[in-house]
Amino acid sequence: MAIELKRVTKVVAGDTHIHATSLKLEEGRFNILLGTTLSGKTTLLRLMAGLERPTRGEIWFKGRNVTGLPVQQRKVAMVYQQFINYPNFTVYDNIASPLKVVRMPPKEIESRVHKVAELLQIEPLLKRMPGELSGGQQQRTALARALVKESDLVLLDEPLANLDYKLREELREELPKLFHDTGATVVYATTEPAEALLLGGYTATLHEGRVTQYGPTSSVYRAPGDLLSARVFSDPPINTASVSKRGERFHYNESVSWKAKGRYAGLADGAYTIGFRPHHITLAPGSSESISVVGNVVVTEISGSESVIHMRVGKDTWVSLSHGIHSLKRGQGVELFVQTDRCFYFDKNERLV
Amino acid sequence: MKRAKWLVPTLYILFLMLPIYWLISMSFKTTNEILGAFSLWPREFTPDNYITIFTDPTWYNGYFNSLTYVVVNTLLSVSVALPAAYAFSRYRFLGDKHLFFWLLTNRMAPPAVFALPFFQLYSAVGLFDTPMAVALAHCLFNIPLAVWILEGFMSAVPKELDETAYVDGYSFWRFFIRIFLPTIAAGIGVVMFFTFMFSWVELLLAKTLTAVEAKPIAATMTRTASTSGYELGLLAAAGTLTIIPGAFVIYFVRHHIAKGFALGRV
Repeated sequence: MAIELKRVTKVVAGDTHIHATSLKLEEGRFNILLGTTLSGKTTLLRLMAGLERPTRGEIWFKGRNVTGLPVQQRKVAMVYQQFINYPNFTVYDNIASPLKVVRMPPKEIESRVHKVAELLQIEPLLKRMPGELSGGQQQRTALARALVKESDLVLLDEPLANLDYKLREELREELPKLFHDTGATVVYATTEPAEALLLGGYTATLHEGRVTQYGPTSSVYRAPGDLLSARVFSDPPINTASVSKRGERFHYNESVSWKAKGRYAGLADGAYTIGFRPHHITLAPGSSESISVVGNVVVTEISGSESVIHMRVGKDTWVSLSHGIHSLKRGQGVELFVQTDRCFYFDKNERLV
Repeated sequence: MKRAKWLVPTLYILFLMLPIYWLISMSFKTTNEILGAFSLWPREFTPDNYITIFTDPTWYNGYFNSLTYVVVNTLLSVSVALPAAYAFSRYRFLGDKHLFFWLLTNRMAPPAVFALPFFQLYSAVGLFDTPMAVALAHCLFNIPLAVWILEGFMSAVPKELDETAYVDGYSFWRFFIRIFLPTIAAGIGVVMFFTFMFSWVELLLAKTLTAVEAKPIAATMTRTASTSGYELGLLAAAGTLTIIPGAFVIYFVRHHIAKGFALGRV
């Protein structure tokens, strides 16, 4: 167990930023905190780093209670969304600074800095000042400083958010590999579900200061424990609808119904909420379990080879992600197909059934 | 049209420089020539005025006294304002905004208001007629200014820089001295310039709080006549020498001041 939060709560000026959160992160794992802005990702990272003290609860690190321990005495590293480097130090001194503070022999500092700089491909820049570097190079310097310490816990707060698209892709690919070899526990905060999926590892979904679910990234995506987790882990947002089960069939708006199959066949009759991702509601039937729904187009956006169609069905507004370019007019009637076998069924308490 | 392009700035600079030229020209004239016929440049060029200033202790002690309290005041203001500005920029505490504004209000009252209480107070504690008295009195308007300017420079540095240093293992003081101060060096330069200048040109408090021992140069210069009659040449030379420190300081911080203007704090 690398780090464990035991019912950690953070209240700032009467405002609860983090509700009693318990989370165990295993050693050497790549963990992702996924949530929208203000969902508490940064606060959670700062609590783990020791930059902030929890109002209640305890933080354990490698079997030791570190709740009140100042940040200097914890072996952690942190990288921010903004490119933070010491502006008056060269890149070399920037990377070497955490080692100099602990008075490591100069020979070892030199070899470590060069090794890390090589890994991050910034060796030719070691003599420059951070102000002379591009954004990507600055963030590589910050990452090198986090890496060179060989900390047990590395906290990354949306490190790629301020980079342009190409650089982001490049670094995103390198990141998990870089930290995997050091055996460090990584916590990576992001707002983008797609990024979480690309990075893999383990994901904790956050919503308004609560961890709604934690598990391997792909299983959190494929089986969200509740509606909130499903909402957090979907971009464009997941579609929802209220349905009722009567006998063998689910009914939606009295006009649409489908047969409950597999594990859903045994569900008790009553009201349920279904959730389905935008690419499971398409202009063409996606599978044999697809059912047809008729609605009106609100707006259509075209992104390359895909069309995002916002539509209104009864009182619900849904988003569909369909292949091909479809320019549909506003208000136009449209028939879309929902793959009922890909729907998530949630009960009255919004838990997955 | 083409001619007007250089004409206007040239005239402008000419008008600006004229009094300064006149001062320098006068400083190389004898008093008789100044009071006599109108002349654009010294007819009888003489360095005597400068020689008098550098040899007569009543003159050069004036410079010495002024420089002493100006330097003491500058160092005092900066060293006190640094922690204060850091607190205002980094922490939220009860009444912080009011306190910050209140500091500035100290600059709004004319120094004459404080002249009498300072005089009484310093006489009582035996500080009267010492450079320290003036150095302390000038803190009244220099410290608020220094805090105001430094707070702007410090707030432009992201708080994450502090935190990154702590995460890296830096103690507060090590971070403050090794990383934070060099980062806001431009701001410190600007503050030193302004405190130096305000203290250097301030006359009223400096004159009220000194008598003989610590008499500043500005006070000495207000003495227009002596036993030997008018000494206009001497005064002109003293005036010329008074401009030099300011010009010198401006030259060194000219780039930083532009930065200060960009931050909206100068």
